[in-house]
Amino acid sequence: MLYALIPLLPFAAFLIIGLAGHWLKDRAHLVAVPAVLVSFLLSVSAFLDVAGGQTVSVPLYTWLTSGDLRIGLGLSVDRLTAAMLLLVTIVSGLVHVYTIGYMHGERGYARFFAYIALFTFSMLMLVMADNFLQLFVFWEAVGLCSYLLIGHWYERKTACDAATKAFIVNRVGDFGFLLGLLLILLNFGSLEYRHVFAQAADLTGETMNLLRPLGGTWEVSTLTLICLLLFMGAVGKSAQVPLHVWLPDAMEGPTPISALIHAATMVTAGVFMVARMAPLYNLSATAMDVVAVVGAATMVLGATIALTQHDIKRIVAWSTVSQLGLMMMACGLGAYTTGIYHLLTHGAFKALLFLGCGSVIIVLHHEQDMRRMGGLKEKMPITYWTFVIGSLALAGFPPTAGFFSKDEILLAAWSAGVLGKTLAGLGLLTAFLTAFYSFRLVFVTFWGESRVDPHQAGHIHEPGRVMTVPLVILAVLSIATGYLGIAGFLAPALPGPGGGETHHGGPDALGIMAVATLMGLGGIAAAYLVYVKSPELPDRLAQRWQQVYRLSLNKWYVDEAYDRTVVRPTVTLADRLWEWVDVAVIDAAVNGVARGVALCGWLMRLIQSGQTQHYALGMTLGAVLILTFYLLF
Amino acid sequence: MTVATTFPWLSVVVFLPLIGAAMLFFAKDAAVRWAALVVALADFVLSLPLWFFYDPSTPRMQFVERVAWITSPQINYNLGLDGISLPLVLLTTFLTPLCVLVSWRAIETRVRAFMACLLVMETAMLGVFVALDFVLFYVFWEAMLIPMYLIIGVWGGPNRIYAAVKFFLYTLTGSVLLLIAILALFFQGGQTFDILLLSRIGYSQTLQNWLFWAFFIAFAVKVPMFPFHTWLPDAHVEAPTAGSVFLASVLLKMGAYGFLRFTLPMLPDATAAFTPLMAGLSLTAILYGAYMALAQVDLKKLIAYSSVSHMGFVTLGIFTVGAQGIEGALMQMVNHGITTGALFLCVGIIYERTHSRMIADNAGLARPMPRYATCLMIFVLSSLGLPGTNSFVGEFLVLVGTFIWSKAAAAIASLGVILAAAYFLWMVQRVAFGLPPGQAAGHLVDMNGREMATLIPLVVLVFWIGLFPNPVLTAMHASVNNLVEQVDQPETAIARNGMVNGQWLMKRRPVKQLRPPSKLFISHQPSTISH
Repeated sequence: MLYALIPLLPFAAFLIIGLAGHWLKDRAHLVAVPAVLVSFLLSVSAFLDVAGGQTVSVPLYTWLTSGDLRIGLGLSVDRLTAAMLLLVTIVSGLVHVYTIGYMHGERGYARFFAYIALFTFSMLMLVMADNFLQLFVFWEAVGLCSYLLIGHWYERKTACDAATKAFIVNRVGDFGFLLGLLLILLNFGSLEYRHVFAQAADLTGETMNLLRPLGGTWEVSTLTLICLLLFMGAVGKSAQVPLHVWLPDAMEGPTPISALIHAATMVTAGVFMVARMAPLYNLSATAMDVVAVVGAATMVLGATIALTQHDIKRIVAWSTVSQLGLMMMACGLGAYTTGIYHLLTHGAFKALLFLGCGSVIIVLHHEQDMRRMGGLKEKMPITYWTFVIGSLALAGFPPTAGFFSKDEILLAAWSAGVLGKTLAGLGLLTAFLTAFYSFRLVFVTFWGESRVDPHQAGHIHEPGRVMTVPLVILAVLSIATGYLGIAGFLAPALPGPGGGETHHGGPDALGIMAVATLMGLGGIAAAYLVYVKSPELPDRLAQRWQQVYRLSLNKWYVDEAYDRTVVRPTVTLADRLWEWVDVAVIDAAVNGVARGVALCGWLMRLIQSGQTQHYALGMTLGAVLILTFYLLF
Repeated sequence: MTVATTFPWLSVVVFLPLIGAAMLFFAKDAAVRWAALVVALADFVLSLPLWFFYDPSTPRMQFVERVAWITSPQINYNLGLDGISLPLVLLTTFLTPLCVLVSWRAIETRVRAFMACLLVMETAMLGVFVALDFVLFYVFWEAMLIPMYLIIGVWGGPNRIYAAVKFFLYTLTGSVLLLIAILALFFQGGQTFDILLLSRIGYSQTLQNWLFWAFFIAFAVKVPMFPFHTWLPDAHVEAPTAGSVFLASVLLKMGAYGFLRFTLPMLPDATAAFTPLMAGLSLTAILYGAYMALAQVDLKKLIAYSSVSHMGFVTLGIFTVGAQGIEGALMQMVNHGITTGALFLCVGIIYERTHSRMIADNAGLARPMPRYATCLMIFVLSSLGLPGTNSFVGEFLVLVGTFIWSKAAAAIASLGVILAAAYFLWMVQRVAFGLPPGQAAGHLVDMNGREMATLIPLVVLVFWIGLFPNPVLTAMHASVNNLVEQVDQPETAIARNGMVNGQWLMKRRPVKQLRPPSKLFISHQPSTISH
C-alpha cells in the first residue's frame, strides 16, 4: 500500500488542485509541495527495501479482460526503478519549490501546479510499471502533461504550435511502440515484463516476412523487429534523430517544466525504456547497433547545433538532445549501467542548468537572448556559481559527477569493438564541442560588459531563496552523485549482452580519461579565447564559414525539410481529396442519382399534359405500333 | 421468479418515452421542457435495473418478453437483451436526458413537438436494440427515420430541407433492401421471423452472398461506411445539437449493431468470404475520414468526418470475427457515443454564443470560458484515443483483434491514430487557444449550471470507462464469445479458407489464437514483501 501511495499522492494533489483551483489560487503549492515531499520520503523507504537486490511487485487491479487477453495494473520496484523514483521525486520536489518563485503572480498558477502534479504521478507510474501496456499508457500520459505544459501560455501562437508539434511527433514514435507491443502480445501471449523476459530467449531464430502482404519476401528476426518498433517510441520520447525536432521547440513552456520534463525526467523515459527492455535488446545485435548509431548521430547533431544558438534555453535544450544521444549510445553498446548512470547525473546537472537559466530569465523579465545579457556574474553570484558547476558537469570536467558518468560511457564504447571505437571517437569530439558551447553560454551570459536593456539594468538582483535553494541543492547533487557508487549499485539489475560486468581498467581507462579531460579543457579554453579574449572573433568566424554557420544556426534545416515533405503535402492531400474526391465524385454521384430520378419524373410529367387529345393520340399510336408488330413478325 | 425477472422491464423502458411524448401534449407550455426531462430521466432510472439484474455469465437472451402479435404469418412481439445490446440500450437512455437539457434554450419554436420527437426517437432506438422479431425490428428501424427527419427538417439550419431529404431517402433506400432480405430469410429459413431461430439455420453460400449485399447496403449506409458517408456531414451540419447527438451517438450504432446481430450469425460463410473487402473498406474509412477531417473548416463537419474514421475502427473490429475485435468494436461504439456526442454538445454550446460553427469564428475560448475549454480538451483527448480515457480501450482491443488477423491491417489502422491527433489538436489549437476576436469576447460567458449538467456526466464516463473498463467488458464476454463460436464453426472455417484465396487484400490464415500464458505464470503473484 505504501508503494501505491508514491504515485497516488501527487495524483491526489492534482485532483484537489484541479477541482478546487480557483478557490486555492496562489495557495496551490500548499497542496502540491507536501504531496511530492511525502512521495519522496516513501521513495527513499522503497529504495531501502530493494537495495538488497530483490524485486517488489504490488498488483493493483485488473484493467481489462477480453478473450484470452488479461491485462492488469501493477507496481514493480527493483534497483533501476528505485533509482528512477529518487530522481523523479527529488527533481520534481525541487522544481515544485522553485515554481513558487518562478510562477509567482501568474494567471495560471494553480493550473500549472495541477499539471506538474499530474506529470509527477504519470512519470512515477511509468517507471514503476510492471507490464508493457501500463508503460505505454503512462508514456502517453507524460506526453499529455508535456503537451499541456508546453502550451501553458496558450495565448502565444508559438507555444501552441510547439505543444501540438510535440504531441504529434511523439504520436509518430508511439505508432511504432504500439505495434511493437502488439507483436509482443502475439508472440508471448502476455504483456507482463517477467513473462516476456523469461520467454524472450525462446524467440531467437524466429523470423517474420515483412513483405508478405505484397507478395515479396523479406525475412526479419521477430526479436529485432520488436526491439526496433519499441525503439521508435524511444526515438520520439527521447528526441533522437530523426524525431528530435519537437524538443527545442518545447522550450516555449515555462522554464521549471523545461527542467523537470524536458531535461531530467520525461525525455529520459526512452533511455529508461531501452534499459528496462535490456533482456530483449541483448538478444538482437542488429537492434543494439541501430540504437547505438542513432544515439551517436543525435549526440553529434545536438552538439553542433548548440554551438550557434542565441536563446539560452535553446542552447541547453540542444545540449539535452546531445546528452540523450550519448545515453542512448551507451545503451546501444550494451553499457546500460553507464547509460542510466549518466541519465541520473544528467538529471541533476541539466535541471540545475535549466533552473539557472530560469533565474536569469525571470530577473531580466523574460529575456532569453544572450546577446542582450552579459555581466551578470557580480549581480547574481549564487546563480552564477551554481551555473558554473552545472556547466562543468555538462562538460564532463572533474571533480563533478558528469566527469565520471561520461568517462564510463566513453570507456565502455572504446572497449566495444570497431563500431564502439568509432563512436568513442565521436564521443570525444562531442566532449570538446560540449565544453565549448557550455562555456560560451557561461562567458557570454555572465561575463563581460552588460548588454542588458538599460531600463532594467539597475534592477538586476539575485532571485529569492525559494529559487536559489533548489539551485544550491542541485549543484551539490551534481557533484555528489559522482561519488555514491551508483554504477556499481545498478550493474546487477542491468546485465549487458555479455552477461556479467566488464571491468575496465589499465592503460585504456587512463588514456580515455586523459583525452576526455583534455578535450574538455580544450573546449573551455577555446571558448575563453573566442568569447572573452577576442569578442570580435565569433562574427569573423561566422563570416568566414558562412555555409557551416547557417547550417548549424538553422538546425540543419530539418524542420524545413519536414515542412516540405510531410506537413504541407499532408494538408494539401487532405484538401485535394476533399475537393476532388468527396465533393466532386462521391457526393456528386449521390446527388446525381437524385437528379436522375428527378429528371425521369420530369420526363414522365411531360406525357401527363392533361389534354384528352394527347392521350387519344398516344393510345392510337400505341395501338398502331402493337398491331404493326404483330402483323410484321 | 422474482420481480427482477417477471416484471416487463424492456417494454416499460422502450415505451415509457412514447407515452411521455403523448402526455407532453397535455402539459402546460411552461412545463413542457421539465416534463420531457422528467420522462427521459425516469426512463434512464428504469433502465438501470437492466444493468444490475443482468446475468453476465450466460449468452442467452434475458428479460425476454414474448406475445403473439399477428398469427399468420407468425409475427411476435418479442423482446430480449444480451451483452451486445445492453451497453447500447443504456447509452441511449443515458443520452436522452442530456439531449433534452441541451435543447433547453437552443429550441425556441414548437418546443412541445420537438421534445415529443426526441422521446419518440428514444422509443424507436431502444426498440431496435431489443427487438427479437424481424418484423418488429423493421418497424422500429423505420420508425426511427420519421422523428429524425422532422428534427433536421423543422428545427435545422438554413439548408435543412436538402439535408433531411438526403438523410431520409439515403437510409430508406438501404432499408428497402433490408426488407427484401428479411422476406428472403422468412421464405428460406422456415417461415419464421424469429431472429434467434433464423440465426441457427445454415443457408447456402449463394443465398448468403446475396443476403450479405442486401444487409451490407442497409447497414453500411447507417454506419456510415466509405463510400456511403456523404449524407452524414450534411445531416450533422444542419441538425440541431440534440439531433446531432442522437445521430452520432445512437443512430450510427444501428448499422454496426445490424452487422453483429444479423450478418455475422446468419451469414457466417459470406462474412468470411467478404472479410477482406470489409476490412479494406474499414481501413479506407479510417484514413479517408481522417484526411477529410483535416480539410474541414466547419466544426460539425470535422467531427462528422472524424466519426467516419472512428466507425471504421468499429467495422474493422467486427469483421475480424475474434473476441478482442468484437468486444473492441462494441466498446468503440459505446465510447464513440459518449465522446462524439459530447463533442457535438460542445459545438452546440459555443454555437449558442457565437452563432457560428466555423473554426475561424471561434478562437481563443480558453481565456473567457475556462470550464468549457477544459471539457472540450477532455473530449478531444478521448476522441483521439489517449490512454486513460474510454476510447483507448476500444481502439486497443480492435487493434489487438486486427493484429491477430493481419499485421499489415493493424499497422494501417494505427496510422489513423496519428492523423486523429493531428486534426483534433489542430482544431483545439484554433478554437481554444490564442486570443478571442475582438467583437466576440463580450458574448463569451462560461458554461452555466445546465450546460455543466450535460457535460459533467460524460466527463465522468470518459474516465470511468477509461480507467475501469472491465465491468463493461465483463457484461459482453458471454454473448461475444458465443457469437464468435457461432461464426467460427470448424466446417465453415475450412470452407472459408478455400473461398477467400485470391481476394485482393490479403489471404486469410487459420485463425491464430493468442498463445496462452505458460502455467508457470499466474497472473499476479502476491507481493514479496508483506505489508
